Amino acid sequence: MTAAEQFLDPVLAEGPVLTVSNLSVSFPSEAGRVDAVRGLSYEIATGEVLGIVGESGSGKSVSSMAVMGLLPGSARISGSVRFRDTELIGKPDVELSRIRGRRIAMVFQDPLSALTPVFTVGDQVAEALQVHRRELSASAARNRAVELLDLVGIPNAGSRAKAFPHEFSGGMRQRAVIAMAIANDPDLIIADEPTTALDVTVQAQVLDVLKTAREVTGAGILLITHDLGVVAGVADRVLVMYAGRAVESAPVDELFARPRMPYTLGLLGSLPRLDDEERRPLVPIEGQPPALTNLPAGCPFTPRCPLAVDLCREVEPELEIVAMAHRAACHRSSELVRSDATDVYGVSTLAEAGTGEVPRGERPVVLAVRDMIKHYPITRGTVLRRRIGTVHAVDGVSFEVRQGETLGLVGESGCGKTTTLMEILSLTQPERGSVEVLGRDVTGLDRKARTRLRRDVQVVFQDPVASLDPRMPVADIIAEPLVTHGVLRSEIRTRVPELLRLVGLRPEHASRYPAEFSGGQRQRIGIARALALEPKLLVLDEPVSALDVSIQAGVVNLLEELRVRLGLAYLFVAHDLSVVRHIADRVAVMYLGRIVEIGEVRTVFRAPQHPYTQALLSAIPVPDPAVERARERILLTGDLPSPADPPAGCRFRSRCFRYTALDAADQRRCEQDDPALERTDAPDQQVACHFAAPYAVL
Amino acid sequence: MTASTDLGTGAGEQVIDQPRRGALVLRRLLGNRLAVVGLGVIVALFVLAYTAPLVYHWDYEELDYTAFLAAPSADHWFGTTQVGGDVFAQTMRGLQKSLVIGLLVGVISTAVAAVVGAAAGYFGGWVDRSLMWLVDLLLVLPSFLVIAIVSPTFRGQTWLVFVLLLALFAWMITARIVRGMTLTLREREFVKAARFMGVPPWKIIFRHIVPNMSSLLIIDATITVGTAILAETGLSFFGFGVQPPDVSLGSLIAAGVDSAQTFPWLFGFSAGFLILAVLSVNLVGDGLRDALDAGSVRSRRADRRARGSAT
Ligand SMILES: Nc1ncnc2c1ncn2[C@@H]1O[C@H](COP(=O)(O)OP(=O)(O)OP(=O)(O)O)[C@@H](O)[C@H]1O
Ligand code: SF4
Ligand code: SF4
Ligand SMILES: [Mg+2]
Repeated sequence: MTAAEQFLDPVLAEGPVLTVSNLSVSFPSEAGRVDAVRGLSYEIATGEVLGIVGESGSGKSVSSMAVMGLLPGSARISGSVRFRDTELIGKPDVELSRIRGRRIAMVFQDPLSALTPVFTVGDQVAEALQVHRRELSASAARNRAVELLDLVGIPNAGSRAKAFPHEFSGGMRQRAVIAMAIANDPDLIIADEPTTALDVTVQAQVLDVLKTAREVTGAGILLITHDLGVVAGVADRVLVMYAGRAVESAPVDELFARPRMPYTLGLLGSLPRLDDEERRPLVPIEGQPPALTNLPAGCPFTPRCPLAVDLCREVEPELEIVAMAHRAACHRSSELVRSDATDVYGVSTLAEAGTGEVPRGERPVVLAVRDMIKHYPITRGTVLRRRIGTVHAVDGVSFEVRQGETLGLVGESGCGKTTTLMEILSLTQPERGSVEVLGRDVTGLDRKARTRLRRDVQVVFQDPVASLDPRMPVADIIAEPLVTHGVLRSEIRTRVPELLRLVGLRPEHASRYPAEFSGGQRQRIGIARALALEPKLLVLDEPVSALDVSIQAGVVNLLEELRVRLGLAYLFVAHDLSVVRHIADRVAVMYLGRIVEIGEVRTVFRAPQHPYTQALLSAIPVPDPAVERARERILLTGDLPSPADPPAGCRFRSRCFRYTALDAADQRRCEQDDPALERTDAPDQQVACHFAAPYAVL
Repeated sequence: MTASTDLGTGAGEQVIDQPRRGALVLRRLLGNRLAVVGLGVIVALFVLAYTAPLVYHWDYEELDYTAFLAAPSADHWFGTTQVGGDVFAQTMRGLQKSLVIGLLVGVISTAVAAVVGAAAGYFGGWVDRSLMWLVDLLLVLPSFLVIAIVSPTFRGQTWLVFVLLLALFAWMITARIVRGMTLTLREREFVKAARFMGVPPWKIIFRHIVPNMSSLLIIDATITVGTAILAETGLSFFGFGVQPPDVSLGSLIAAGVDSAQTFPWLFGFSAGFLILAVLSVNLVGDGLRDALDAGSVRSRRADRRARGSAT
């Protein structure tokens, strides 16, 4: 209630910055008219952050492009968009561009495309200032640009302003774009997936900068994202979109605590959470969002809704007030007060692992990696190749995976996760160290033995589109490993439908091509192929990160169920720690080609000891506004150093907050000694830090 | 947990069939009306070229001294030449030769290009270097000169040698393109997946790499069929290939093109058959491309049609 008043007050006081009413956008297409946005209304007050969430294709971006007048000419737009007292729809582009950039600023997903590669970052910020304020002198603009870059947290802004965009990392570029956005003290900032392309630690920094930007300018912010965790931490109010419409809108606490529309409820239930104590099944929303051409009458969520009744198929519900400042579009929203997603969606509880009784130490080791390295040469010149350096992609990692368990391998982009997997999967001798699969050292395997070993080690890739041969029918794709390993044709004919059923697809899907399936279904095909030979170890490289959350939940549940049923061992690479928290038994945290902390998931998440693990965990947003507000964030400074030139001593030194707090003698130890993995007091936890100390970040 | 979305293809078929790729492609090809027409025309041309001379009352080598440059008539269906040769008999003989030469050269050169290019791209290293060296060498060699030089050696040999020589000089540029595409395909995850499954390299090339370049290869093959038929004409001047009194569509066209205005039958019939042959090869090629392309809407429609008509 108080939250609602808080947000209502400024509206009453000043009137909204932006009022969108009944906005509709459609595009012509070969298949018919695509109704991308269908009657969307919302308003944003001064200094308020409105979060718009929805799955891919729900119309989030199109609606904000319409607000900015950036849609292509073929789009048909109707309705009204009022910025302060000006109607923007139908305004000529010249007048719009006077408002854009000065009073409405934009931050896009890809910061590189928003910056011109041939000008320095400082010049571009200065230009943004001068375009709208001609009276500003060049030197004054440049000084102001440096101030702005400093404000958004670019270290040594004075000298960095002279750098070109490609010399900046992704996070720094996004900050420069935010500096440009706030340059002219705008009234409204539209941020479309501003952190999607960034690593979590960098995302935390950028979100922080966005908050600063709001405080400095007092602008309203329209934040578009698919990540409910980000919304929980940053937004004041949330609007959920589905099939081009708003299906629910409420103040952030209200929405997360009391969703009143089955889609929102399912979306919240489908999220794995970092702070989950018990393993609970996730709520998958079956099916996929509808195509936006020729939508049938009625509620567009009907085919996926567990509560759908006949009325839903006939009449599309209006967005109506269901509580104070809370609107929902559902015929049955009144029945949804205080209901639980698992009940509504009827998710069965998970069976417990059969290996639960056998202690870890007694289970056989499926994969043992010891001190493995993989270095890539950096060469220059085409005729005479010279080696001018080395990328230390993987630099001495050791771990074990035992039967029936999942080891999660986590870390920021470029830390060497994929390289580690590829080295293991090649089943050849690594440059240094050893790899043992099912007790057999891969060094010295002949070709026959290697092929035989491949039966037991299978892989699932990140991108479900790229990992299936588009020219092969599903039956052939799933049969390929069987054919390769000499399984009889007659047996294959019975195995393929079995496997399809195992991963929740239907046997008659066998004659279709991958292009006819959705992302989640394709990932299931990839899993079926990996399981065809009944492997002992499944290696998964970000298997769910390319999927929408509601789809992701189904695949995560499937993986978990299969592991329990078939007694598999998983090596699971992910950058999303919430998923790892959910699925893994043990976790290994990688930084610059090394494992810095490894251990049992519950221990590592509850009492992480390495400063990097602590920062990583603290950067992950939790989809719960109350928890988010109460959390203290550890913000790392800077970006990942280049793996071609890791810092001497402890590699994490350049970003370590504990290091900066040490006295000179202790600092020298970090600078000179490279810390090795050491046991802690906990039964299963090892940390590579001279000054390891537990710190609860959750 | 089951994803029970209906993908909306075909209405309520419950048969659990798992046709292999070959069967599926064939079914889709036969569902494409234009491709079937093209296929029909090619078959008809072959049948015509090989059976008509058996029943026709003139032989292509025979001369009718009573009719020089006669217009088409009941006796000489397509008329006669300056020296009294029967144009219908010659056209049929030429059609036999040209169809076989064109199709063989098209298929052989494209197959060589696919295998060499894919092997170079996939294996890399010294395989790549030596194969590309060979490609560059063949590209700089003037093909006409080489054929002229070696032709005395092969004189009197079967015309199949000639087909091989034509194919030898037609594959290099395609092989380079194929190599480039292989380099990108090799890094795709489905190729990696096959490798980690233990599929041997040559199987990966034929099962995953080549099919994913099928559009390029089919276009290339259909173009080569046309150019091979025409190239053969040019080579005949060097006293190599199809030699008088034997004829091909190419040599007939070359002989008749000067008098095309005054005596159109010398030129028109053979040119017409050439166009018909090339056109139907193109139709089949288009159909095959669609049938292999899983994502193509047209082929899915054809598939449904084929499935519908089967039941
Ligand atoms: N073929 C290569 N040549 C040179 N450097 C490479 C090569 N492949 C990877 N690298 C480098 O090795 C490092 C580790 O890469 P890797 O792909 O293993 O990271 P990752 O942890 O999987 O990242 P992401 O989360 O983005 O997938 C990176 O710095 C990368 O640029
Ligand atoms: S209106 Fe009906 S179908 Fe739509 S969300 Fe509500 S209950 Fe489900
Ligand atoms: S060893 Fe030193 S620099 Fe490295 S993580 Fe520990 S405290 Fe930080
Ligand atoms: Mg990776």
